[in-house]
Amino acid sequence: MTRRSFNLLFGAVVILACVASTMVRAQQGQNFDNVQVHLLKAQGNVYMLVGAGGNITVQVGDQGVLIVDTEYAPLSNKILAAIRTISDKPLRYIINTHYHGDHTGGNEPLKKAGSTIAGGNVSFDIADAAQGAQIIAHDNVLKRLSARTNNPAIPAAAWPTSTFIGEDKKLFFNGEGIHIVHQPAAHTDGDSIVFFRRSDVISSGDLFTTTNYPVIDLNAGGSIQGIIAGLNHIIDLMIPVYGQEGGTMVVPGHGRLCDLGDVINYREMATIIRDRVQDMVKKGMSLDQVKAARPTRDYDPLYGATSGFWTTDMFVEAVYKGLSRK
Amino acid sequence: MLVALLSATPAAGQVNLSGVWNNLNLMHEDKPDRFEGPELGDYAGLPVADALRLRADSWDASLITLPEYQCRVHPSDYVSSFGGLRIWEERDSASQQLIALHTHHFAWGTERTIWMDGRPHPPDYALHTAMGFSTGKWEGEILTVTTTHLKEGWVRRNGLARSDRATVTEHFIRHGNNLTLVIIVNDPVYYTEPVIRSREYEYEITGDIGPYPCEPVEEVIRPKGAIPHHLPGTNPFLEEYSKAHHLPQEGARGGAETMYPEYKKKMSEAAK
Repeated sequence: MTRRSFNLLFGAVVILACVASTMVRAQQGQNFDNVQVHLLKAQGNVYMLVGAGGNITVQVGDQGVLIVDTEYAPLSNKILAAIRTISDKPLRYIINTHYHGDHTGGNEPLKKAGSTIAGGNVSFDIADAAQGAQIIAHDNVLKRLSARTNNPAIPAAAWPTSTFIGEDKKLFFNGEGIHIVHQPAAHTDGDSIVFFRRSDVISSGDLFTTTNYPVIDLNAGGSIQGIIAGLNHIIDLMIPVYGQEGGTMVVPGHGRLCDLGDVINYREMATIIRDRVQDMVKKGMSLDQVKAARPTRDYDPLYGATSGFWTTDMFVEAVYKGLSRK
Repeated sequence: MLVALLSATPAAGQVNLSGVWNNLNLMHEDKPDRFEGPELGDYAGLPVADALRLRADSWDASLITLPEYQCRVHPSDYVSSFGGLRIWEERDSASQQLIALHTHHFAWGTERTIWMDGRPHPPDYALHTAMGFSTGKWEGEILTVTTTHLKEGWVRRNGLARSDRATVTEHFIRHGNNLTLVIIVNDPVYYTEPVIRSREYEYEITGDIGPYPCEPVEEVIRPKGAIPHHLPGTNPFLEEYSKAHHLPQEGARGGAETMYPEYKKKMSEAAK
């Protein structure tokens, strides 16, 4: 191992440790008593639920309730109460867009509050309905949630019960096709976007947010290139009513409800910063030199941070290290 | 009876703004900026923040050849730069109270609602749009409108963006057959002071506004996901404006100082 590659690996481990530990700290140290949970209709059968942590996407219909991501465990009662204002049907499915605790923290209590229609080959995943809702995710989510290195360990009841290893998984629920598409090597190595085809709503997970620079979990297989590929994929799926507006709606991992124009703006930012850092890497600039050049400074007032779980420096470092890998 | 009649009439100060208003004959010294488009590198007279300066320096006009950018509509705080508008009222049929004013703009055929019924603005997590969410109130005979929930837009079509965190205040002032619209953009992200513009319209008795269809097409074959832009320090066009108009480049770079008359003196000295 060369000194340069050792430094890159070490940096990646540090970044992962920061991302993972801050996700846990966010849950452990946060007081959820005053958190308010709000529901906003996206369109069709799909709603956006906003609380603390990642946004939850809620689909309701005659067959039951499906949610994408689960925020934090202490919020589960509030989340369920909010869902009950739009549906009295059982929670059947939970889909995880990735493994981070702000999106999977409520898996266990919300799963237990639901019920799966068991039988057939579903009984290999969930033996009977009393075990709760089905949790669907890419296989890498299961690997990371069940890893023996997790400290504290994540209980098996919070793990996905149905995983997929290919490009996608499809199901038909509440009268619409739901396409779960794996987006490789983006925010993590287990990202999925969820496309509600009839309601015309995409749940993007943390591939797309409106609140911060893309969080790149390098040691969990994330990369800026994967983020940009994921954003381009989302844009490809979207059809606006006119210009960049209306039509397909997006529930971002964090932040406000969006449509095409918002995703285009975010993709523009990510691509331009990637191109700038790539140019600097090609010129042989060191990480310190790149940071000093402040390649993000035109977007810092929108997405940057000097403190918190994902600072601008951490983002630049993740982009640099990802692009520097041979 | 008298009380009932009085309560059914518009509130004091309400002015009828309904009709078609045009401004194509009322572009004067700013026509090149509003119609043909601003010159590259011209940030003069605007309180641009440093962050915006880099963003605009990186902007490449080829961006708008990308299909997904071709039909991007003018935001509500810019659309008055270009073409006419129709204004009409929405009233409760029983009480005749004004619920909303609606506007249809020639440019891109966008339509906007200005709520007059006192409803609150949506929460932070609601959708942002090019028109934003607008509420209005009468201040004497002036209609004052507050707009939030705007999508990112622009102040000049040469890369000078306006962020999605801006709040816009507008004043609609009717003088007979003329309408003055004053637009005040407060964008804490990209502008260090409010950006203030005014637009003049004239009433058109026979006015009509045509349709404005827009269909994106592939104009340039590019690698998937390519975004035209200039890397920092490589934009060759940034001094064209100042050289063409014999202005100091420092002034062309904009900033709050360049908005005020006192700056003329500084520019004169810089030009020596």
